[in-house]
Amino acid sequence: MKRFVIVLCLVIITTAAGFRLFAQESQPRVITISAKRFEFTPNQITLQRGQPVTLRVSAEDREHGLYQKDLKIDLDLSPDHPSEVTITPDKAGRFVAICDHFCGSGHGNMKMVITVE
Amino acid sequence: MKKREAQFFIAMNEHFDRRKFLKVSGMSLGIGALISVAPAMAGGGAAATVRRWFHKQNGEEVTPFHLVQLSDAHVGFQGPPNPTGTKAFERAIDVINGLDPQPELILFTGDLTHEAEAPGEHAKRMRRFQEITSRLTTKKVMHVPGEHDAALDNGVLYRQFFGETHYSFDHRGVHFVALDNVSSGKPAVGAEQIQWLERDIARYPRTAPIIVFTHRPLFDLRPDWEWFTRDGDDVLNVLAPYENVTILYGHIHRHDVHETAHAKHYASRSLIFAFPDPTTSGDKKPIPFDNGKPFQNLGMQRLGEKNGRPGVDDVELTLREYAGTDGVQQISKTGASL
Repeated sequence: MKRFVIVLCLVIITTAAGFRLFAQESQPRVITISAKRFEFTPNQITLQRGQPVTLRVSAEDREHGLYQKDLKIDLDLSPDHPSEVTITPDKAGRFVAICDHFCGSGHGNMKMVITVE
Repeated sequence: MKKREAQFFIAMNEHFDRRKFLKVSGMSLGIGALISVAPAMAGGGAAATVRRWFHKQNGEEVTPFHLVQLSDAHVGFQGPPNPTGTKAFERAIDVINGLDPQPELILFTGDLTHEAEAPGEHAKRMRRFQEITSRLTTKKVMHVPGEHDAALDNGVLYRQFFGETHYSFDHRGVHFVALDNVSSGKPAVGAEQIQWLERDIARYPRTAPIIVFTHRPLFDLRPDWEWFTRDGDDVLNVLAPYENVTILYGHIHRHDVHETAHAKHYASRSLIFAFPDPTTSGDKKPIPFDNGKPFQNLGMQRLGEKNGRPGVDDVELTLREYAGTDGVQQISKTGASL
């Protein structure tokens, strides 16, 4: 009986560890981005085609936007709380994401480059 | 205005279609676009129906008229792309006042002013804009906001000076629609305004000539330069049943002609500086100021008919034929006007 309990515990521990490892592997990679007038930091990121990724974006000073139509990125950014989107790029290429919430004179060039390999 | 300006018909089809009766003859001055509109001029059928309909609605005789489109004066802008401030804008006013015949209508398609951080400064710039446009002999001046006018405060200040940001009116048999695609802060018209548009034009015959004027392009011209309107397709779908739709816009600081399935889109040049060709340039940077040619790229373009189809002549602005002087070159040499 004692041996049975020990084996059962080992099975439970091993299974739990396996589930945890699986869960970690299936979690999308998270990229943190900050936005302030008139730049994103970082302003260049590289993603892998077919691999999910979460973009977690915070606005530091005022409302901004992050918009990239082809990659289905469309975030409203507020200093109150970060916004995020999870995407799985399905095609390789160079994509320019823009701030699409007018934020002042330099707004027109507030952008970041997303490379999908 | 010289009579060399050609004429063309706005047509849905590729080929010249004489059944269409919104006739636009034009000379884009670069400082804006002078457009001659001759709605429902002749003929029976649909043209006569629309002519009678407008006369009944407005009591106006349907007669040809001219209009001028101006855009992107950015009053208050200071910077290397144009150290002359409002000079081109003021020059444009003089040119328009010298036109014969006079335009009956001036449409200003946004970015009347450049935004300002200091309290009170933006209002000061709007007053300056009004002061300059008050010199126009033509008194019917209609506006829509650009993002530099209205995006930071959702149009609050703009409305104090210029009224509502979207509206419509009729003028001599043409239905004009002002659309606001800036004051939400985003490049968008918004569901509420699109529903308003749908209700507004529902009462018009499908053959009624409609001119929409707005700030940003309603199609994806260059989205990574923010040269688009997020819900532009929704607007164009509402307009789709109408056969004579012309869309005038600004924002891109250069002349452009584009045709979608049911409408023709014309961009007016800026009155402050120009942007490069988006099809050949990677970066959105103003074309550098040339002191020897201070109004270069604020030059002239002519809309006309070529072989029975709409065409555009791009002509560098000299102002010579309008000013009776050596135009820009003389202005530059004397420096007196700069």
